[in-house]
Amino acid sequence: MSITVLNPGLLTSVQDLGRVGYQQFGVPVSGVMDPRAAKIANILVGNDEAEAVLECTMMGPQLQFTAANVIAITGGNLEPTLDHQPVATYAAFVVQAGQTLRFTGLRSGCRAYIAFAGGLDIPPVMGSRSTYMKAKIGGFHGRKLEKGDEIGFRAANPDAPNLARRHIPPEVRPRNSYAVRVLLGPQDDMFTDAGIETFLSKTYTVTNYFDRMGCRLEGREIEHKNGGDIISDGIAFGAIQVPTAGKPIIMLADRQTTGGYTKIANVITADFRIIGQLKGGDRVRFVKTTIEAAQDALLAEREALRALRTMIGPAKRQSPQKRS
Amino acid sequence: MANVRFLLTGDTSLSAEFGNEISQSINAKIRAFTIALEKSDIPGIIELVPTYRSCMIHYDPGVIAHAALVKRLESLLDGLDAIEIPPSDVLEVPVLYGGEEMGPDLAFVAEHAGLSEREVIELHTSTEYLIYMLGFTPGFTYLGGMSDRLETPRLKQPRVKIPAGSVGIAGKQTGVYPIDSPGGWQLIGRTPVKMYDPNRETPILPKAGQYIRFRAIERTEYDEIAAAAEQGEYVCRTYPRGEGKA
Repeated sequence: MSITVLNPGLLTSVQDLGRVGYQQFGVPVSGVMDPRAAKIANILVGNDEAEAVLECTMMGPQLQFTAANVIAITGGNLEPTLDHQPVATYAAFVVQAGQTLRFTGLRSGCRAYIAFAGGLDIPPVMGSRSTYMKAKIGGFHGRKLEKGDEIGFRAANPDAPNLARRHIPPEVRPRNSYAVRVLLGPQDDMFTDAGIETFLSKTYTVTNYFDRMGCRLEGREIEHKNGGDIISDGIAFGAIQVPTAGKPIIMLADRQTTGGYTKIANVITADFRIIGQLKGGDRVRFVKTTIEAAQDALLAEREALRALRTMIGPAKRQSPQKRS
Repeated sequence: MANVRFLLTGDTSLSAEFGNEISQSINAKIRAFTIALEKSDIPGIIELVPTYRSCMIHYDPGVIAHAALVKRLESLLDGLDAIEIPPSDVLEVPVLYGGEEMGPDLAFVAEHAGLSEREVIELHTSTEYLIYMLGFTPGFTYLGGMSDRLETPRLKQPRVKIPAGSVGIAGKQTGVYPIDSPGGWQLIGRTPVKMYDPNRETPILPKAGQYIRFRAIERTEYDEIAAAAEQGEYVCRTYPRGEGKA
């Protein structure tokens, strides 16, 4: 084994980019809540972007290593230390067997991601290592981590080259007010003009009802034409559901695949990094954008991650090539 | 095909909306569209989620932009009548009805309907139920077509744990619990078949647009099927709709 969980923290689970292809069968996608942060953590340690990471929520875990490896921590700053010495986030570093990683606070965001070079020894279920705790699917025995759990590295790479180059400035900063870009639809026509105006002009506050499934907001009621019930349809990551009571809920990684409430808008992919890090008390304003601008932003983000990987260089030390 | 709206559901999916009601004819259109889309060569499509009212299409904007995709979907709709849509399959699900362990509420459902338990079983097994969609939990089917006579209200006090495979009735609905879960449905029987098995090549048996028909079995057959299912060796019989019983 390579990691022993001394203390699991509030909610630590194995997640990758989600279980794609089974929504038509009612299986939620799950996966990381802040995909950009998880992808960057993987790039920093030389993994494929889609590799499984540990998602740590607000109060991070204590993990003891029983094998050496290169790891990186991104996302919200939960103030990590290695053997009680602070370590930088958004930077790859070596951990040795016997060392202990702890998280000591919550300086920014809500969720931190730990990527391990070579990935974790977790069997994929339906094509993904993500944990969907409600139905006990995937990840570490379908559940969050608990004290005493032991997880192996799949292919530890403690001597990854160019460690000095494997860092970028932290991207989740201490703040609590955000502008989030949205595309109206699919049921924006079930709201009055005044309701749409309220949604796009008022500030909403994150309540204490926020989890991997969704994030309930408090604020001015959004007016429907005829109530908030519909015949069920599909729900995307970042869908903003408004039940009849008029208070919005942002649907997140563990959302059910279908639902019967009106969805006024959907957060754009480039801003998932914001909604995946929201916590109680944060304030959100919704800004309307166009599908063209949203898809341009998404492609620009992909390009930036490609550029980061190029800058960092190869994950393995170059060995002299022998060709026969 | 008129009246289809393409609605924005973010920047990596869209919803092709066919109507706003639960109806067999809308479902048939969604099924035809979904099959045509699966057969088409439109690039960048990741997954499809058919529901009562729409087909949600997840796609990669790095391969096809929204406007280009809508154009392709519109021409697909125009040619839909020319595409041959095979008849729906019927998935036959064996059920042991009644008994305190498997179907503790069969007696109540019978009494509520003014029927004998045998008549309830006959009614429940005589229908091909349309699978409108799956959702709620992995593998949960929203079925249509249950006889009005079997309508029964939910339990006043939901059960904390209902075993996977339980077959129940709630209001106008009937269905199978795919995984252990709490619930308030009236339980009339249980199937030994694993509707959901994450480690099987086809993790979830039912598919939207198919039909389900229940077949009453006795305890001996239940145990045989359960043993085979445990080994991953039981395969549910399916047959094209209209070919009826063997």
